[in-house]
Amino acid sequence: MVHILVCVKQVPDTTEVRIDPATNTLDRSSAPAIINPYDSHAVEEAVRIKEQFGGKVTVISMGPPNAAEVIKRCITMGADEGYLLSDRMFAGSDTLATSYILAKGIEIISRREPIDLILCGKQAIDGDTAQVGPGIARRLGLPQLTYVNKVAEVEPDKGEIKVHRKLDDAYEVVIAKLPCLITVEKEINELRYASLPDMIRAARYQPGVLGAADLEADAAMMGLKGSPTSVTRIFAPTQRGQGEVLKGDVSQVVSQLIDKLSTKISQNN
Amino acid sequence: MPEKFDVIVVGAGVAGLAAAYKLAKEGLSVIVIERGDYPGAKNVMGGVLYRAMMEEIIPEFWKEAPLQRPVVEQRFWLMDEESVVTTGYKGQQWAREPYNCFTVFRGQFDQWFARKCTEAGAVIINETVVESCIVENERVVGVRTNRPDGDLYANVVVLADGVNSLLSKQLGFHDEWKPQQVALAVMEELKLPSEVIEERFNLEPGMGATIEIFGSGTLGLVGTAFIYTNKEHISIGVGALLSQIRQMKVRPYDLLENLKNHPMVRPLIRQGEPVEYYAHLIPEGGYNAIPRLVGNGVVVVGDAAQLVNGIHREGSNLAMTSGRLAAEAIIRAHRMGEFNERSLSHYEEQLRNSFVIEDLKKYKNTSHLFEVNPQYFNKYIPATNMALHEMLTVDGVSKKDKQKLILQRLLNGSSLYSLGKDLYQAWRAVK
Repeated sequence: MVHILVCVKQVPDTTEVRIDPATNTLDRSSAPAIINPYDSHAVEEAVRIKEQFGGKVTVISMGPPNAAEVIKRCITMGADEGYLLSDRMFAGSDTLATSYILAKGIEIISRREPIDLILCGKQAIDGDTAQVGPGIARRLGLPQLTYVNKVAEVEPDKGEIKVHRKLDDAYEVVIAKLPCLITVEKEINELRYASLPDMIRAARYQPGVLGAADLEADAAMMGLKGSPTSVTRIFAPTQRGQGEVLKGDVSQVVSQLIDKLSTKISQNN
Repeated sequence: MPEKFDVIVVGAGVAGLAAAYKLAKEGLSVIVIERGDYPGAKNVMGGVLYRAMMEEIIPEFWKEAPLQRPVVEQRFWLMDEESVVTTGYKGQQWAREPYNCFTVFRGQFDQWFARKCTEAGAVIINETVVESCIVENERVVGVRTNRPDGDLYANVVVLADGVNSLLSKQLGFHDEWKPQQVALAVMEELKLPSEVIEERFNLEPGMGATIEIFGSGTLGLVGTAFIYTNKEHISIGVGALLSQIRQMKVRPYDLLENLKNHPMVRPLIRQGEPVEYYAHLIPEGGYNAIPRLVGNGVVVVGDAAQLVNGIHREGSNLAMTSGRLAAEAIIRAHRMGEFNERSLSHYEEQLRNSFVIEDLKKYKNTSHLFEVNPQYFNKYIPATNMALHEMLTVDGVSKKDKQKLILQRLLNGSSLYSLGKDLYQAWRAVK
C-alpha cells in the first residue's frame, strides 16, 4: 500500500491565451483554465503506481475557489481525494511562497496519512519556472528527482524508488529513498481515457478546502509579503537581426572581423 | 455492477437541462451526459431566449442568469438588392420586468443552467459520447458511452441529443432527415462597444433589438437572415434550407459575406471585429417531420424531435417546454412505477395540447409552399420594394400611372389570376 501525493496547478490554456498588449502579461480571462499538462502526467503516473501496489492518490492544488475544477479533473483520472489550498492571503505568491504554502498543506495531509511519494509536473506552462517542485522538496527535507521520464521500479517494502532522469543526450538511472519528490516529463506515460464511473465520481466530488488558518502557517511567508520576487519589466523579446557572413580566406575573414569588432567597440565607447 | 439512475438525459442543451432540472427538483436521480467540453460548448442559436417558457422551469431566472439584452424592438425587413421595406414593433412594456425575451450567448447561458441542475442534485458529465441505447426485451434500459466501463442503466432515457439525433434514428423513430427538412445556419459575433450598438440601433442603455430579414439577405434562397444586439457584440447570421443551398450551389459563408456587405446592413455592423463564427443545422421539417416521440423507457425532446417553429424563429422555447413536459410525464410514471410506452405517452399528449405542436401544426405546409414556389422570395419581395420605391419617388409621373406601372411589373407576364392564387395560398399557409 502506498500513499502518493500529487501537486497540480490550474493554468490558462496557453495555446489559446492572448497577451494583453498594454501590460505584456497573459490575459488569463481570454483562455479556458486547464490542468497544467505536465501535472496530468504526474497524476496518471501516481494512479498507475497505485494500481500496481494498492493504496491511495491524493491531489493538492493552490488557487482560487474555481481551481476545484482541476482537482475534479484529477478525480476523473483515478485520484481518490483532493485538497484545495485557497485563501485570500495566498494571492500574489511567487514560487518561494507557493512552495511554502504547498509544503504546509502536505505536512497537514501527511500527519493524517503518511506520504510515501510526492509527484509534480516538471514545470507549469504559464510560468515555466520549474521551481515549485524542488522548493517543496527542500522545505520538507526530501530527496528530489527532477525531469523524470520513467519510473523503473518502486519498492515500498525496501522504501526505494528507481527512476530515469532525462538528460540532454542520455538518461540517468537514480535510486532514491522513499519518501521523495519527483517532477515528471510528459513522456513518462500516455494519458488514458477516463472511465465512466470515475467521471460520475468526479461530477459528485467536492474537494476539501484548506485556508491559511488550517495550515498553521506564518503569514509573513505567504502571498505578496512572502514573495521576494518582483517583476520590474515584462516585454516581448525583440526580433534578432540577420547575422552577417564574412567571405574570403582565413586571414581576410579574420581582419574583417577585427575591423568590425573594433568599430563596434569604439561606437559603444 | 454499473450504477442505475432513475433517468439518463442525453445532451445538455436547453431541452435536456429543462428535463434534468425538473426531475432533480422532484428528487429523482438524474444524470446528464454531454459530448461537448461543457454544456453549451456545441449549442448554437441566433440568440433569442423567451422569458415565459424559461420561467415555467426556473421562476425569475432573469434575475440571475447571464443574459445579454432584453429585446424591446423587433424589426422585420423585406430586402432587395438596394432597399428595404421595414416594419416592426417597439414597446416600453418589453423594457420592464418581467420582459418578453432576451438575447443570450448559449455558451454562457447553458453553463449557468447546468449549474442550476447540479445544485438541484443532477449529475452532469461532459466530454462523453453516448453511442447507443441499450435495448433489452424491446425496451430502452440504458445507454452505452464511448468510455471504459461505459454502460449506464436507468428507468427512462431522455434523448435530447440535438438535430441529428442519431440515437432516435438508431431506434427507428425516424429516417435520415431529408435536405428539405433541415436548414443550415451560419453566424458571426462582431465585437463593438455597447454605446455604438445602442446608438446605431436607437436603444436605451442595456436594451436590445432584433432584425429579421427576408429576401435578398439569403440570395433568394428560402431562408431568413437576422441581426441581434448583445451587450458588446452584434450577432449576424443567415440560414437557408439545406436542399436549397445544395441545389443553388451556394457556399454558406458566401451567404454571410453577401449579407454583411449589403448596403442596408453594412452601416449597422461597421468596424465590428469578428470574434466567433458558428455553423449549425436547424430542424425545419415542422409538424410533418416530428418523429415518434415515445417508446418503452425512452422519450425524445427538443431539436431531436424536430420541435422548431421556423416561421417565428422559435426553437429553444419549444425545446425547453418539451423537456419540461417530458419530465412531468416521467415523474408521473415514476409514481406509478411503470415506464413503458403507455405510461410515458402522457408526455406526447401534453405536448400535443401545448402551444408547441399547435404552432407547428398551424404552419405545417408553410416552408414547403415557399420552397416549391420560389416566387414568394425572389419575385414578390422585390416587387414590394419596387412598389414603394415607385410610389414614394416624386418624378412628375401621376400616381395613377405609377399604379399601372407597378401592377404591370408585378405581373411581369403572369396573369392576375396566378398572383391572386399565390396570395391566397400564402394566406392559407399561415392563417
